[in-house]
Amino acid sequence: MSVATTTADEPTRRDFIHIAAASAGGVGLAALAWPIIDQMNPSASVLALSSVEFDLSPVQAGQQVTVMWRGKPVFVRRRTPKEIAEARAVPLASLPDQLARNANLPDSAQATDQDRTIKPEWLILVGICTHLGCIPLDHQGDFGGYLCPCHGSQYDTAGRIRRGPAPENLYVPPYSFLSPTRIKIG
Amino acid sequence: MAGHSTYVPKTRFAKWLDSRLPILRLANDTMTTFPTPRNLNVWYSFGGILTFMLGIQIVTGIVLAMHYVPSADKAFDSVENIMRDVNYGWLLRYLHSNGASFFFLAVYLHIFRGLYYGSYKAPREILWIIGVLIYVLMIATAFLGYTLPWGQMSFWAATVITNLFSSIDQVLPGAGTHITQWLWGGFAVGDPTLNRFFSLHYLLPFVIAGLVVLHIWALHVPGNNNPLGIDVKGPQDTVPFHPYYTVKDAFYLCLFVILYAIVVFYLPNSLVEPDNYVPANPLVTPPEIVPEWYLLPFYAMLRSIPQKLFGVIVLFGALAVLVFVPWLDTSRVRSMRFRPLAKQFFWALVVDCLLLGYLGAHRPDAVFPGTGIPMLPFARLGTAYYYAYFLLILPLLGIFETPKPLPATIATSVTGHGVEQVNAPAE
Repeated sequence: MSVATTTADEPTRRDFIHIAAASAGGVGLAALAWPIIDQMNPSASVLALSSVEFDLSPVQAGQQVTVMWRGKPVFVRRRTPKEIAEARAVPLASLPDQLARNANLPDSAQATDQDRTIKPEWLILVGICTHLGCIPLDHQGDFGGYLCPCHGSQYDTAGRIRRGPAPENLYVPPYSFLSPTRIKIG
Repeated sequence: MAGHSTYVPKTRFAKWLDSRLPILRLANDTMTTFPTPRNLNVWYSFGGILTFMLGIQIVTGIVLAMHYVPSADKAFDSVENIMRDVNYGWLLRYLHSNGASFFFLAVYLHIFRGLYYGSYKAPREILWIIGVLIYVLMIATAFLGYTLPWGQMSFWAATVITNLFSSIDQVLPGAGTHITQWLWGGFAVGDPTLNRFFSLHYLLPFVIAGLVVLHIWALHVPGNNNPLGIDVKGPQDTVPFHPYYTVKDAFYLCLFVILYAIVVFYLPNSLVEPDNYVPANPLVTPPEIVPEWYLLPFYAMLRSIPQKLFGVIVLFGALAVLVFVPWLDTSRVRSMRFRPLAKQFFWALVVDCLLLGYLGAHRPDAVFPGTGIPMLPFARLGTAYYYAYFLLILPLLGIFETPKPLPATIATSVTGHGVEQVNAPAE
């Protein structure tokens, strides 16, 4: 120590300079790091592609069509009365995921068939398996709903997970009916 | 062995350079006179082979990047352009895509060599850990590169692997979704994803090259382990690296390259999923998504676990556990030549990894052909054994196993005679 007059445990002016310099450098680095991290988030042009409209009238009962929304497939399925009855017959307690996962309802809404749709006939789902993002196949699997070919997750006719590794029900995207035969997704 | 230097600069220029940048001294001490155990066998050739393969991948990769276009609209076509129109493009791409497979073939032999001869034990723990880091970066680089041709397998591999991070939603709701969107730069795998994957695929090989330098440095401080796993006791136990091991490594490199050339020229698509020659389609998942062969054991582990987050933990844990092997193995004997029980468990691990590789190529609900026996229980058993080998068997064997007596020195074991009858090599 060149500053021989101070005792060992008393902070010196030099200690203060070290701490101040390191702190200023650390804050500067963090401020620079954030733009480098945040540039990877979805850009303004990606965020702008936020809604699509779709005409329901050509879709027959028992049919499903796929619409692209934000680069993701959205399933539009016109359910038969039998499929609706099957989905409603399932007791809530037997479901692996008991939340509705419906963007049009509060997060706490329960996964009853009523809370999975706006009109019971029309099942609107983000067509991405909640396991690892594959596209499930419709009208397949033991529950008549969806079967994911990748890892074998099975969904029922309300798009709720019933068996397999997927942790959550298929998501219901935000959508609204513009007229009885036209919906807007997003 | 560190700190030795027998280098004597001969020319005036060499003397002038040696007092300014002793790079010739470094080359001499590490690649020429470096004292190397005299009993290294074929399995010690893969370090050199791996360095060669890294060079091949970097050189072919740089020239492929001169023709490749990292855009969702053009990537697939630009790869086809490389294959059909670019001069020797077919050769460069097949060298690069099959080079990855041979790189992994060599690294697996290298890793199992280390596990068999106890090369991870003191004083080589840091050497081993750097090796594990290189292996993890190799996996990341290979995955990123696999997405670049933007075929169906590219797209869906990118989707499945990035979605592994969405499992964080199960502990921190929303965080996993944010991380995956951050990785994608959108709401699904797309153009921004491809661009950043290309950028990182170009970067990581150079990080690997830097780690290889550290790996070799960490090797040259304690010196090579050897098939007997005993320490070098003196000059009678070693030979200079050159010409003994330069020639030996070159010979086995030639055999390895012959095998590589056979695949590149005669079976260039034998290791590729045909689906990757179908352009990426975000609306259709292929009937079966499988990774390249070298990642199948990990995929089998992931798919054998029915719970999403736990499956992901098991997948990444299988890599993380390797870091701790130097401390999990409690035996003081390095080489399994002298560990009768550990040797059997080791070969069971090799069979286990091959079995997991086979199972990883099949759907979890598949059955063994012609028998009707389901595969899933075997995948779970295989995963359990992989973990048990590192977390139970290695720690306990060190306590309960009686090793065979070790030879006194490498020289006595190699020659069967005493030290005095060994001819002094090349002095």
